Amino acid sequence: MHIPIETYRLPNGLTVILSEDHTAPLVAVNLWYHVGSANERTGRTGFAHLFEHMLFQGSVDVAANEHFEFVQRAGGTLNGSTWLDRTNYYETVPSNQLELALWLEANRMGWLLPAMTQQKLDTQRDVVQNERRWSMDNQPYGTWWEKLPALAFPSEHPFHHSLIGSMADLDAASLDDIAHFFATYYTPDNAVLSIAGDFGPAEARAMVERHFGPIARGAGKPPLPDMTLPRTFGAPMREIVADDVMLPRLFLAFRSPVFGTDEYYAASVAGAILGMKKGSRLYRALVRDQQLAAEAQAFTYDLAKGADILVLDVTARPGTTVEMLEGAVNAEVDRLIAGGVTEQEVSRAVTLIETELVAALQSAGERADKLSLFATYFGDPTLVNVQADRYRAVTAREVNAFAQSRLGPDNRASLVYVPREAASQPVQDDLAMAEAP
Amino acid sequence: MSATPSATIAPAPRPEPATPREYHFPRFERRTLANGLRLVVAPVSKLPIVTVLAVVEAGATVEPAGKGGVAALTASLLLEGAAGLDGAALADRFERIGASVDAHADWDVAAVSLTALSGQLPEALSLVRDLLRSPAFLEREVDRLREERLAQILQERAEPGSLADDQFARAVFESSARYARPQGGDAASVRGITRDDVLQFYTERFQPSATTLVFAGDLSPELAAQLAQELFGDWSGTVPRRAPDGIDAVRDGRLVRLVAKSDAPQSEVRVGHVGLPRSSADYFDVTVMNAVLGGLFSSRINLNLREAHGYTYGAHSGFDWRRGAGPFEVSTAVKSEVTGAAVKEILGEIEAIRSAPISESELTLATSYLDGVFPIRYETTAAIAAALANLVIHELPDSYYDDYRARVRAVTPDGVLRAAQRHLHPDRLRIVVVGDPAVVGDSLSEVAGLPTETVSADAEEGCA
Repeated sequence: MHIPIETYRLPNGLTVILSEDHTAPLVAVNLWYHVGSANERTGRTGFAHLFEHMLFQGSVDVAANEHFEFVQRAGGTLNGSTWLDRTNYYETVPSNQLELALWLEANRMGWLLPAMTQQKLDTQRDVVQNERRWSMDNQPYGTWWEKLPALAFPSEHPFHHSLIGSMADLDAASLDDIAHFFATYYTPDNAVLSIAGDFGPAEARAMVERHFGPIARGAGKPPLPDMTLPRTFGAPMREIVADDVMLPRLFLAFRSPVFGTDEYYAASVAGAILGMKKGSRLYRALVRDQQLAAEAQAFTYDLAKGADILVLDVTARPGTTVEMLEGAVNAEVDRLIAGGVTEQEVSRAVTLIETELVAALQSAGERADKLSLFATYFGDPTLVNVQADRYRAVTAREVNAFAQSRLGPDNRASLVYVPREAASQPVQDDLAMAEAP
Repeated sequence: MSATPSATIAPAPRPEPATPREYHFPRFERRTLANGLRLVVAPVSKLPIVTVLAVVEAGATVEPAGKGGVAALTASLLLEGAAGLDGAALADRFERIGASVDAHADWDVAAVSLTALSGQLPEALSLVRDLLRSPAFLEREVDRLREERLAQILQERAEPGSLADDQFARAVFESSARYARPQGGDAASVRGITRDDVLQFYTERFQPSATTLVFAGDLSPELAAQLAQELFGDWSGTVPRRAPDGIDAVRDGRLVRLVAKSDAPQSEVRVGHVGLPRSSADYFDVTVMNAVLGGLFSSRINLNLREAHGYTYGAHSGFDWRRGAGPFEVSTAVKSEVTGAAVKEILGEIEAIRSAPISESELTLATSYLDGVFPIRYETTAAIAAALANLVIHELPDSYYDDYRARVRAVTPDGVLRAAQRHLHPDRLRIVVVGDPAVVGDSLSEVAGLPTETVSADAEEGCA
């Protein structure tokens, strides 16, 4: 499959990507700002995400709550999300409402600050602190979101700290921080705008020019520090967390190649062989045959800077101890290194991934998001059209080379959750490392 | 705050919408094979992909008494071996051709869903034939999936949100009602399910006359009919009795129950009562009423609890539409200290929408949203297939999706007020909170005007 793509740049530096598809009368608008939690300064963890919330609090011509209301009244869907190295904002609207979506996005990119008030900041701080409680603090295993990157990236690395942020840092965020972050990162030259779906290209260009054209280029953002990391952790790492959980769960992370490299695709296929669906090795061995685990999956963070991580996520069945679980998972990884994978396993993984790619690209919102992704990370949105080819090019030999160089004991970081009661029993000698129950 | 350079030029004014383009829900055809198996086919040829849903009258509401969970277990077991292949081999056959397959049961039906590249459809569908018609139900797999369900039940007891959902269902429905227990069964019923129970449920329920195959995607109705005839034409069977239509188990009176979870930083809150069956004549009035009350981001409850008070990350209300009367429920998670205050706001919003007509602006927000978002809902073959399955499950007319938008636009403030007064019952609200008694204290009793029952999170029964 092939998506039509047209790319150009406004004089103020905004990258614009157009992808027409007239199947249904709807259109997706998607903006990526090249800023995420990695760009936060010390003492302001969680700020990029709090800032994302503030972008829904109105702008010079949009009152509080009107951003959501305008889009929903137009029959559209919308949201935003923050990740380690980017933040995105998106809406899908009936095609006759394209200009409304562009106007809303431009109004907040160019003219956000007049709408910012202390009261809005205080309320969104409360909302975000409740988001933290809901997604992490009051959720079994929820803290893995913050503990796994903290374990897998060194303490000074921009990917090390918490994306949702600490309560204290969130408390410290001020309106001055908002103004400064906005001026530094929310500029057209630090953004990519993708439009996918039912529109006329000439009209769309005119709308983009009308609404985004007047916004001035930024003054440049401070560079991120050198994020390069050695190929492996160098030694095994392990952290045990005693939590309000019923069953042990293991997150086993490997430092892995950055998103977009040939080696990344081999890593991704290795992950799928280990943990994608029921035919994967972990499911077959741990869930089906040995019946030690209730669930097993693998995923990558898809980080395009410094280093990525590949994660195996396995939850025990009742009766399975942490030692049994870790032992069995490590044994499967060892078996992969020692025996290698077959071409048939590679082919299974690639075919599954390909079907998922096609299924996902049915939606205009997904297409627009992928175009923004490849433009933001690599300056080339047309890479979306070669993803299936990149996967198809992966060979068993490449997967094996990846496994041998990256899945060994010196590149394993284990984050292990254990029920609090189990943690107080002296069965596991290294539980001395565990957090106090 | 300092002005940025970008603020020196004025923004362009807010644009007017252009003329909307017409949209039609995908055309579909229905056919019936001689053995009673029904087909619904929507050709959608944008991408080389097809979704098939096999919908079977085998949901949780037709389980034998005391066998809660047998429907879900039977559906999951279809994937664990069939026609001489064990579960691993079957998974391998699907995955080698990139087909994704799933099987589950909900309250009303069981469904096997398949998404495959269209070139792989004949092979993938022949595997679906195998698992629907010749499942193995190996003893070992029955044991394994039963244990996995028990592990899941254990996990849910530690998740405040799942615990609240479970306790809410027990508080809302009479204990004899199937809806009072989890769809997948509770520990007591699941432990007692044997291979014979599964086999008996399968044999009674999985019949061609009780099955509909829904196709959406890159294929013609002729090809779908030909494949169905080849693979399912010689499937013979009996006609199972139909599922009961309604479960009327209204409980009178309010109730306040606090499920104790010490040190919880948030309270999971559920407020509601028995709602309505999907067949209700005023479905559209109720849908618009709920959108204004708590269905949309810009709804009264969400704007109140999240944007005005900062109590929560989100608050939502909804009617769970089933063949029988499912629950009406407001759900949210709030900072522990404001639990009573948040429940007070929820009760206030339920009273308010029953007391006065909604404004014209609120009405048009809800109706123009539901009207406008309609095409966006059906972008994928999976979504189109699910919509068609919905017609089958609830016996909606073929014109349902063509008429949907006009019916939404026809709703009036009076209709919404009538729906709120008829179907929201402040005197029957069940208030269930999973939270820290030391912080929540008496706040719930104060706002609800009756004593709080405090129960342990480990209590299996809701002691109603």
